[in-house]
Amino acid sequence: MLSALYLIPLLPLAGFVLNGLFGKRYLSKQLIGIIACGAVLAAFLLSLGAVLQLGHLDSVTSVPGHLEVDREAKRVTLTAAEWLHAGRGSQGAEFSIPWGFTLDPLSAVMLLVVTGVGFLIHVYSVGYMAHEEGYWRYFAYLNLFMAMMLTLVLGSSFPVMFVGWEGVGLCSYLLIGFDYPKDSAADAGKKAFLVNRVGDMGFVLAMAWIFASLGTLEFSSVMAQASHLAPAVAAGIGVLLFVGACGKSAQIPLYVWLPDAMAGPTPVSALIHAATMVTAGVYMVCRCSAIYLQGPQALMVVATVGALTAIFAASMALRQNDIKKVLAYSTVSQLGYMFLAAGVGAFTAAVFHLMTHAFFKALLFLGSGSVIHAMSGEQDLRKMGGLKKTLPITFATFLVGTLAIAGIPPLSGFFSKDEILWKAFGSGNPHGLGGVIFWLVGLLAAALTTFYMFRLVFLCFYGEGRMDHETAHHLHESPKVMTVPLIILAVLSAVGGLIGIPKSLSFGADLNFFEHFLAPVFETVPPSGAAAVHAAEAAGVSHGEVESLEYLLMLLALGVVAAAIFTAYRFYRARPEIPRRLASAMPRLGELLANKYYVDELYAAAIVRPTLAACRGLHAFDARVVDGLVNGVRHATMGFSILSRIFDQYVVDGLVNATAYIARGLALAFRRMQTGQVQSYLTLFVFGIFLFVSIYLFWNR
Amino acid sequence: MIPQNHLLVLSLVLLTIGVVGVLVRRNVIIILMSIELILNAANLNFVAFSRQWQNLTGQIWGVFNITIAAAEVAVGLAIVIALFRNRETVNVDEMNLMKW
Repeated sequence: MLSALYLIPLLPLAGFVLNGLFGKRYLSKQLIGIIACGAVLAAFLLSLGAVLQLGHLDSVTSVPGHLEVDREAKRVTLTAAEWLHAGRGSQGAEFSIPWGFTLDPLSAVMLLVVTGVGFLIHVYSVGYMAHEEGYWRYFAYLNLFMAMMLTLVLGSSFPVMFVGWEGVGLCSYLLIGFDYPKDSAADAGKKAFLVNRVGDMGFVLAMAWIFASLGTLEFSSVMAQASHLAPAVAAGIGVLLFVGACGKSAQIPLYVWLPDAMAGPTPVSALIHAATMVTAGVYMVCRCSAIYLQGPQALMVVATVGALTAIFAASMALRQNDIKKVLAYSTVSQLGYMFLAAGVGAFTAAVFHLMTHAFFKALLFLGSGSVIHAMSGEQDLRKMGGLKKTLPITFATFLVGTLAIAGIPPLSGFFSKDEILWKAFGSGNPHGLGGVIFWLVGLLAAALTTFYMFRLVFLCFYGEGRMDHETAHHLHESPKVMTVPLIILAVLSAVGGLIGIPKSLSFGADLNFFEHFLAPVFETVPPSGAAAVHAAEAAGVSHGEVESLEYLLMLLALGVVAAAIFTAYRFYRARPEIPRRLASAMPRLGELLANKYYVDELYAAAIVRPTLAACRGLHAFDARVVDGLVNGVRHATMGFSILSRIFDQYVVDGLVNATAYIARGLALAFRRMQTGQVQSYLTLFVFGIFLFVSIYLFWNR
Repeated sequence: MIPQNHLLVLSLVLLTIGVVGVLVRRNVIIILMSIELILNAANLNFVAFSRQWQNLTGQIWGVFNITIAAAEVAVGLAIVIALFRNRETVNVDEMNLMKW
């Protein structure tokens, strides 16, 4: 299985080619679905096999130049082919990038999440997209996305990862704008594409800097040599990489595209904009953990931006009325959580939350898709309500997802979120408050998350139906092809966290399987710059005290979450007039939240409009001045050529013709003498004789 | 004995008549006849000076001239007939084939 690693991205790519080339004309909808889902299922099974084999590396042998096995780091690198070769750089470093795939515990987690969740969403899409135009196109894009995402995850070097990175960006653009005849969808696609390019600039610059400093772009050798980087350089590279991650993972200030990306089909929101592509930034930061630990300032930036994004996005979700927009802001917020974890050095916690979030957020998006499907396309929460009875399976699975994201034990979200909060609390220097502030922000974000998620549940599934009669009549539970993935995801959301039970909750036993699994990836990190990581232990707090502190924090978090659920119940179930009164009491705040802090407007005023104005100005300059110059030169040239032609025609040709005319005139004059009449010749002859004789006689007298 | 001067004057008259005839007349036949007149004027001079200088050379020149004139007339008439067949005219004004 390991030597067939390259097949994992290749299979969905084949599905893309088949559906993309033949889907429109020759394939039935059924066949398109089978090809698309089958390719992903095969990739999933291959991944499963490869990951299982990764656990028993002793039986795998290295093949030099093709398959390299590093048992220490639990890493297998498959080199498929030479890709880029550009000779030697100025420092003698050879620039040579093989097309290689790496499987290590980190990419294994991503691999299983991407193919597993991806497969479920593919199956779900068969039902959800059944009546859509462009069915073949949708599945072709989706398979291309899978191929690109798997390239991103498996890439053994920055450039290979970047290929996947750009590929998923392209697919995101294509799928957001899937309904391209609608302006809003096309605009959202463009917005996502452009905002991501801003981030990609950071990524590319970081790559250049890494190569300039270390002379290699292979992950394994970069991470092994990261400790040789100067801290300032490492921090600079880290911040640039994080700019790239901000674009892809929708962090402040580049998050604006993700809520708009909801213009795409709902399964796309689930797959790309919640479960896989947007986590690529987190994955990349974790992948580069060695660089970040060498430059702690960069980690500080990551943690700060993550925490700010978590809280701001959560607050923006409070007043959204579009069911998918709520989930979109929730995704931005949860991604902020992951970055918060990575920023305090808890990379394992970040990846853990990435995984559990993939389960429950995919579930929530697919659940919302099921609701939208039942409501004939209606997405406005104000027109829903009372759907609990008509959509029992959707409701049950959605509730599981909501409880999971809220962090109710023992659902998956509890374990991952709690680990992040705990690690955030323990971070920072022993004398400062940095860790506590991060913890407080995280806790507040968790409370807000719980509140808006339960608001969503109460508005959508409880109470009286607020839809019109026509819609109410058509309400129906989704077909099995959609509900079965929901159920599987609900199960995963419920039990997914059990692989990462923290030490404090396992009654002395060591059950944190997840941390052990990922240990080889983050263990190779040299402890030298890792000041922030084990601060709690370093502070000299005894083990017992640490544990009781952890229990205390856990209980606090649970209390806050419970309070948030209760508040949501009071607001949107028991006393629905409270939110209205609150809104009228604090109209400014409500407006601010409903309008998402006017960030889009700010961007429009600060960046978009000046850019457009500058474009128009430059266009005018181009049209008037540059074109004017060019046209002026043209006119001048034409003028000169006309003058030159006139000179040529009249003076030069005139001289030439004049010669001809003169010769002709002379000829005309002289030809009169040639009458052809002998008599006139003779006349001249006689007169000539007469003349000459007369002259002769006259002289000789 | 006819004086030398009379002969020369007669020769001059003949020559003048001949030349004028060649230049003025338009009929080829007349022109040919005028040429004969010019030749005869020359012959008359030859003969007259032969007699004056008691030298036979002039006489002999005269006989040769007549012979040549006869041959010339034969050739000339042949040309005239050929021309006439081609153009049906004996008017020299219409015989301008040498014009370019």
